Amino acid sequence: MKLQTHAAAASTFIADEPRTDWHDETLWFVRSKRDKAAHGIAEWEALREWASKIKEHTLSNLDNYLIEFEEKAKANGVTVHWAANGAEHNQIVFDIIRKNNIQKIVKSKSMLTEECGLNEYLHVKGIETVDTDLGERIVQFRNEMPSHIVLPAIHLKKEDVSETFHRHLGTEKGNNDPQYLTEAARQHLRSKFIEAGLAITGVNFAIAETGGFVVCTNEGNADMGAHAAPIHIACMGFEKIIPKAEHLAVFLRLLARSATGQPITTYSSHFSKPGAGQQMHIVIVDNGRSKQLGRTDFRNSLKCIRCAACFNTCPVYRRSGGHSYHTAVSGPIGSILNPNLDMKANADLPFASTLCGSCSNVCPVKIDIHQQLWKWRQVIVSEGYVSAGKKIGMKGMAFVLSKPALYRFSGKAVRSFMSLFPFLFRTKKLNPWYRQRQMPEAPKQSFTDWYKQNKKA
Amino acid sequence: MNARAQILNTISANKPALADLPAISLQQVTNYDDVFAKFKATLESIGGQVLELDDINELQLLINEEKNAGHYVLTAINGVNDELNNAQDAITLEPVHKAFIKASIGVAENGAVWIKESQMINRLLPFICQHLVVVLEKEKIVSTMHHAYQQLDVFEEGFGVFIAGPSKTADIEQSLVIGAHGARSMTVYILN
Repeated sequence: MKLQTHAAAASTFIADEPRTDWHDETLWFVRSKRDKAAHGIAEWEALREWASKIKEHTLSNLDNYLIEFEEKAKANGVTVHWAANGAEHNQIVFDIIRKNNIQKIVKSKSMLTEECGLNEYLHVKGIETVDTDLGERIVQFRNEMPSHIVLPAIHLKKEDVSETFHRHLGTEKGNNDPQYLTEAARQHLRSKFIEAGLAITGVNFAIAETGGFVVCTNEGNADMGAHAAPIHIACMGFEKIIPKAEHLAVFLRLLARSATGQPITTYSSHFSKPGAGQQMHIVIVDNGRSKQLGRTDFRNSLKCIRCAACFNTCPVYRRSGGHSYHTAVSGPIGSILNPNLDMKANADLPFASTLCGSCSNVCPVKIDIHQQLWKWRQVIVSEGYVSAGKKIGMKGMAFVLSKPALYRFSGKAVRSFMSLFPFLFRTKKLNPWYRQRQMPEAPKQSFTDWYKQNKKA
Repeated sequence: MNARAQILNTISANKPALADLPAISLQQVTNYDDVFAKFKATLESIGGQVLELDDINELQLLINEEKNAGHYVLTAINGVNDELNNAQDAITLEPVHKAFIKASIGVAENGAVWIKESQMINRLLPFICQHLVVVLEKEKIVSTMHHAYQQLDVFEEGFGVFIAGPSKTADIEQSLVIGAHGARSMTVYILN
């Protein structure tokens, strides 16, 4: 299936103006809560600097830290698996399921498993996985992807959730009360936790010196799954490694404040050994990350701790919705991670930005996101992955701009053309600029002419 | 070549030159004058309840009260309890109305308490109970997470958790709902 480009999908999204405004305002509200939380910590900028430096150090010694982590985790009684790509990751999980003859699986939020397409893979094999994060359960019922890495169902209104729950959980039709709907999900998912034979979780941080890992949730769903089921599989991209437990202080102080404005998530669970009678597995996944590490301009994207602050602040994300990005990780950070995975399929994403730089300003680990978006554009153009129209347009523009006389002549020509045939510029088919914008009146003279006239006066 | 070798070799070839690990200076970190007041204010702002207790024996009265009311209560306060062990499964623990657990440290900046495996006895207990009651000694409250990690060995046991308030979600239209999957309430009794 040919996916729609970001611009095409976004134009569908913004067709519903009140909903677009609601989406925009809701995410901006989350961004404002982030600001309030960040401003409450005097050493906030020092924390960002430490976090950035710890991650840079870790990336520069990553192979050794991964070896140390594996060794310690094994000594703790955990089975460690390595997966070069999504397919290997899915195969490893499937083998554990089959070997233990598991029927029922619960999964807490893991963007990595979304990236690898684990649910679809297991579904084809006849195995159903129940997503237990409320937002993820909602989108799973609707056969949709999460539209945001922290708030998976942020594209939906409570009426949509009510309708979905009415259909799948038999809740009262038309009852849109979030409290009522959440309670229904609680009852439904409690039974899933109790009967599960295996729980899959993500990993927020993995600590090299101890072989332990930390999982953060507000709902408690990762813990309900991981402690109730006889088998726990934790799936992690290899960039989740940090050197020492004391570094968790820096990251846990930043993560929830950046994500939702909370001082910390309700639960920050530190796992290192399997529970009584349990099996614990860790799957360490590459899936393009080692390649990204070799791209000097883009390797810093691997510092990401998935807080989604860049989503909530982005004027393009807020007004185009996560699904327009057609990838598991959307938003500004997704737009610099995904071209590495598939440049052709994701060539549109670095252009889904105004390059305003707000993403870089709120990033708790100081990733230069907007710079990388701009650099990806250059890579994508030089690799030939832009449309012919854009290529010709940009070439024509460069030609005109590099010749002052031609530039002055063209300006004059367009100005008179605009006043003679204004309707040509107000035809959406002919003028893509006009599709979502008003055309200004053509000025009578250029700035150069105006300046020459007024300088003398 | 297997995945492990392939991944490690590629990382080794592609990683940048060694960068220094920053020193984290506690001099640069906030110290609250009144850590108890900050802890209480923070935890209450995120849906928790903070009460003071002068004598640990008062707790037994509270537990008895709950039991007399016919509620299924489990307590891990003294470390040993005939009714509670680490082999109990989710079906057994699902009906728990209230659980009493001791915490090692409280963190003023975020209202979190640290509970290690030996304090909860069963890993599921603090999550599966309907209501969570935590007991914390007043002098165990520290200013920030840096101070907490400095005092704790968080991986000394197989599991441990920072808990800050009741289970919650805002996944439906950003409306805050208390009681997602875990405890519907969290009360911290501060022992003077």
